[in-house]
Amino acid sequence: MKNNTFKIPVSILLSSMACFAIGLYGALPWWSFMVTNFIVAIAIPQKPWVAFLTGALGVGAIWAGLATGMDMANNHLLSSKVATILPLNGSYVLLIVITGLVGFLLGGMSSLTASYLRKA
Amino acid sequence: MRLLPFVASAIVTISLVTVLNIQLPVGGSKTPKLGYFLSPQQGFWKNAEKVNADFDAHIFTNQLKGKVDVYMDDRLVPHIYAEHDEDAYFVQGYLHAQFRLWQMDFQTRVAAGRLSEIAGADKLSIDKFFRRLGMVYGAEQTERMINETNPVMKATVDAYTAGVNAYLNQLSPEDLPFEYKLMNYQPEAWTAKKTYLFLMFMSYDLTGRSASADLQLTNTRDYLGYDLFDKLYTNQQDSLDPIIPKGTEFAEASLHPTVPMNADFAYLHKKDSTAVIANASDAPEAPNKNNGSNNWAVSGAKTKSGRPILCSDPHLGLNLPSLWYEVQITTPTHSTYGASFPGSPAVIIGFNDSLAWGVTNAGRDVLDYYELKFKDSTQNEYWYNGAWKATTKRTEIIKVKDSADVIEEIPMTHWGPAMYDAHYQNPQSKGRNLAVKWTAHEASTGVETFYQLNRAKNTEDYLKAIALWKCPGQNFVMATKTGDIAIKQQGNFVARWDRQGDFIMPGEDTSYAWQGMIPFEENPFIKNPERGFVSSANQKSVEATYPYYLGTAASFPLYRGISVNKQLAAMSNITAEDMQALQTNNYNVFAAMARPALMKFVQMESLSAAAKTMVNKMNQWDLYNHPDAEGMTIFKLIWDSVENAVWEDELSGSPIPLTTPESYVLVEQMLKDSNFSVADNIHTKNKVETLKDQVLVGIEKATLRLTALEKENKLSWAAFKATRVMHLTKTNALSRLNLPIGGGENIINATTENHGPSWRMVVHLTDEIEAYGLYPGGQSGNPGSIYYDTFIDTWAAGKYYRLLFLPKEKLKANEHTKWHIQFSKA
Repeated sequence: MKNNTFKIPVSILLSSMACFAIGLYGALPWWSFMVTNFIVAIAIPQKPWVAFLTGALGVGAIWAGLATGMDMANNHLLSSKVATILPLNGSYVLLIVITGLVGFLLGGMSSLTASYLRKA
Repeated sequence: MRLLPFVASAIVTISLVTVLNIQLPVGGSKTPKLGYFLSPQQGFWKNAEKVNADFDAHIFTNQLKGKVDVYMDDRLVPHIYAEHDEDAYFVQGYLHAQFRLWQMDFQTRVAAGRLSEIAGADKLSIDKFFRRLGMVYGAEQTERMINETNPVMKATVDAYTAGVNAYLNQLSPEDLPFEYKLMNYQPEAWTAKKTYLFLMFMSYDLTGRSASADLQLTNTRDYLGYDLFDKLYTNQQDSLDPIIPKGTEFAEASLHPTVPMNADFAYLHKKDSTAVIANASDAPEAPNKNNGSNNWAVSGAKTKSGRPILCSDPHLGLNLPSLWYEVQITTPTHSTYGASFPGSPAVIIGFNDSLAWGVTNAGRDVLDYYELKFKDSTQNEYWYNGAWKATTKRTEIIKVKDSADVIEEIPMTHWGPAMYDAHYQNPQSKGRNLAVKWTAHEASTGVETFYQLNRAKNTEDYLKAIALWKCPGQNFVMATKTGDIAIKQQGNFVARWDRQGDFIMPGEDTSYAWQGMIPFEENPFIKNPERGFVSSANQKSVEATYPYYLGTAASFPLYRGISVNKQLAAMSNITAEDMQALQTNNYNVFAAMARPALMKFVQMESLSAAAKTMVNKMNQWDLYNHPDAEGMTIFKLIWDSVENAVWEDELSGSPIPLTTPESYVLVEQMLKDSNFSVADNIHTKNKVETLKDQVLVGIEKATLRLTALEKENKLSWAAFKATRVMHLTKTNALSRLNLPIGGGENIINATTENHGPSWRMVVHLTDEIEAYGLYPGGQSGNPGSIYYDTFIDTWAAGKYYRLLFLPKEKLKANEHTKWHIQFSKA
């Protein structure tokens, strides 16, 4: 793949899909998506900062998206309680943002590391 | 070369994952593993149950004998229709696990002294306490006996266990209950022993107060001397209205417990000189003093329909998930409905198509301490009847999270486990070596009592069922469709001499041993009495003419019983609605007696203006503990403050906390004796204080607090009391706080701060049973489910649900039936 503008959405999409697929196996460690992200970033070589962003967006979007979907179907019942325990002042919005952010960071770092390996 | 950035990036990445994959210590507690916890596919988000969740399912298993249909109604109550009894219990276990797994696991871990395993060394003192009290030992005795002698109960408990495990085995890691994710541990397989451990815990909750009370009473006696002790902690209750009406004649006693010859100096007046020891372990909070209940049944002669009505409401700690889980079980042998314990098969308080039953705590003393003399520090021998007798050692291994195992070697004596010895002390045990003797240590067929009550057809069946009951002693009330009402206090009760076991007893010979257990026939019982009702509210079951000593009077709350009996006596043409109103009645019979008694000693002219206003407000109060009653808050604070002024100087000098006298002691003193000598403040040398002086001091002190409360707008009873239903981990976010509910101690609606009516049930024994009930919780234990706390607001408002108790085809067609879970043979 030589076309950079094409590579970016594809790797985001691949990261997302792989993250979701591996996440279906509950017996695997929760961070298994970092391995799939790593593989995606090896397969689609990009500049380090681009790799970071695509990996981060891929996982961040799926994490925030899934959390939002489940939270809406639950009328924020559980998220409001968890956001009091954590403590986020009971804000389910903040809890979703943080969930997305954790996915974003870990996904991005995994892809970044892979991109350096590719060039190492 | 990009090696350097690669290494740097890899290190950052791995560090991040590591930090998010461990429990971080934050202010004394630990966070969940944050990465895992927040993961939307594995963490807590998975527990966010859809508000319109569908509970339909078809479950295949090779562990069933036949087919089972479960219909769930709109309150998520399962109605189990099974072709075989054992299948019904298998499914009950499965459903308990599906909706309450974490709670069942947690409660049995507490009972087994295994909290440290999941929560760390902080909980070690609680674990040691339960291990040394013999909780596991007792459960093992029961398990062995049932396995060896009771094939029907074994099959029942085994089927239940298999059901729990069938659910566990199909549970995916991502669907673990919320609390496991929060606290980061895994469930383990259910066993029959866990069921017996759970029942041990109920024995502890309902009879275990003696484990701390006996030590405290001993220390209080030592501090005050017996004569003053006997005055302040008198067993005399003038206003007692017992369960068995006064004047009832008792059968000739078959046992005649005799007081040991030396009891006067070696027991009652004994003064221990044991010192306070340094490395004492904390004791867990003792079971709540108000663990009690109301139950009653009225005969057809007093009801509008001509059929009996039975009511039961056990008062226990208010927790989420609730101790109770509603269920209907219908098989070809029987059909029953009521509240069950997640952790145990069968219905515990409920009804079947012939009769209804309920329980209240008997409060009888069934736990004693015997002081031991060990030969040497090995604790291998103890002095008994003039010779050294060998102990055996029981090893209890306590696993501790992130730390080494702690091993307890408990010397076992013929009395029971040596709970306190050279290796385990608490501030109240004061260096003594004490063996604990407790009826809960004996093997018990308690499960079978409920198994048989679920199937009982008449009074004879009920008596046969409860004859098996040993511990914790209960008042079993019953009413049948055919018109019988009855109540019997049943348990394995010690034939005690007066004050036997109130204090630590000498354990060096047989003279203080239990001299026998009271036969079933001599336990208090009454059937179809002339007054048309039977009732109990934890008061003393019998007046002083009963031949055996019941235990210290502090164990028997006096006032609720007076209220219940007075109201029932006055009622006629009773309906189920009238009974609901009585269960939620807020009349304060204690205040009705105490307020005028107190006012005899109030000198209005000596009070400050603020205090005068408060006393006037208190006097205008209508004596109902309604949520908005300010008079009750004022009465309570003034009364407590006066009591404190009267007792404080006698008790506050002790280096360890002593028991405070019960409220009835002061009320009854005020009513009969205005020169109560204890009123004198022993710290003032030149002045003799009278009750009037102490009342004045008490009121002025209370007024300071009351004025502050008034400014904060917290003078109303509900705001002051702030009733809450707490999650078992005591996490506020998972609890319900500040509920708008009245009631309180001594009130039929016995709702205090975190304790109260835990399953209100009213059963009208008409041809098609008309039953109402609810508990303060919800059928689902998942904090992420809308069914988690569904009943709490209805409960707080004093309302009820009509219980659906129907044959299969009718229930299937009922408008409230929403889901169908099928269980089929694989």
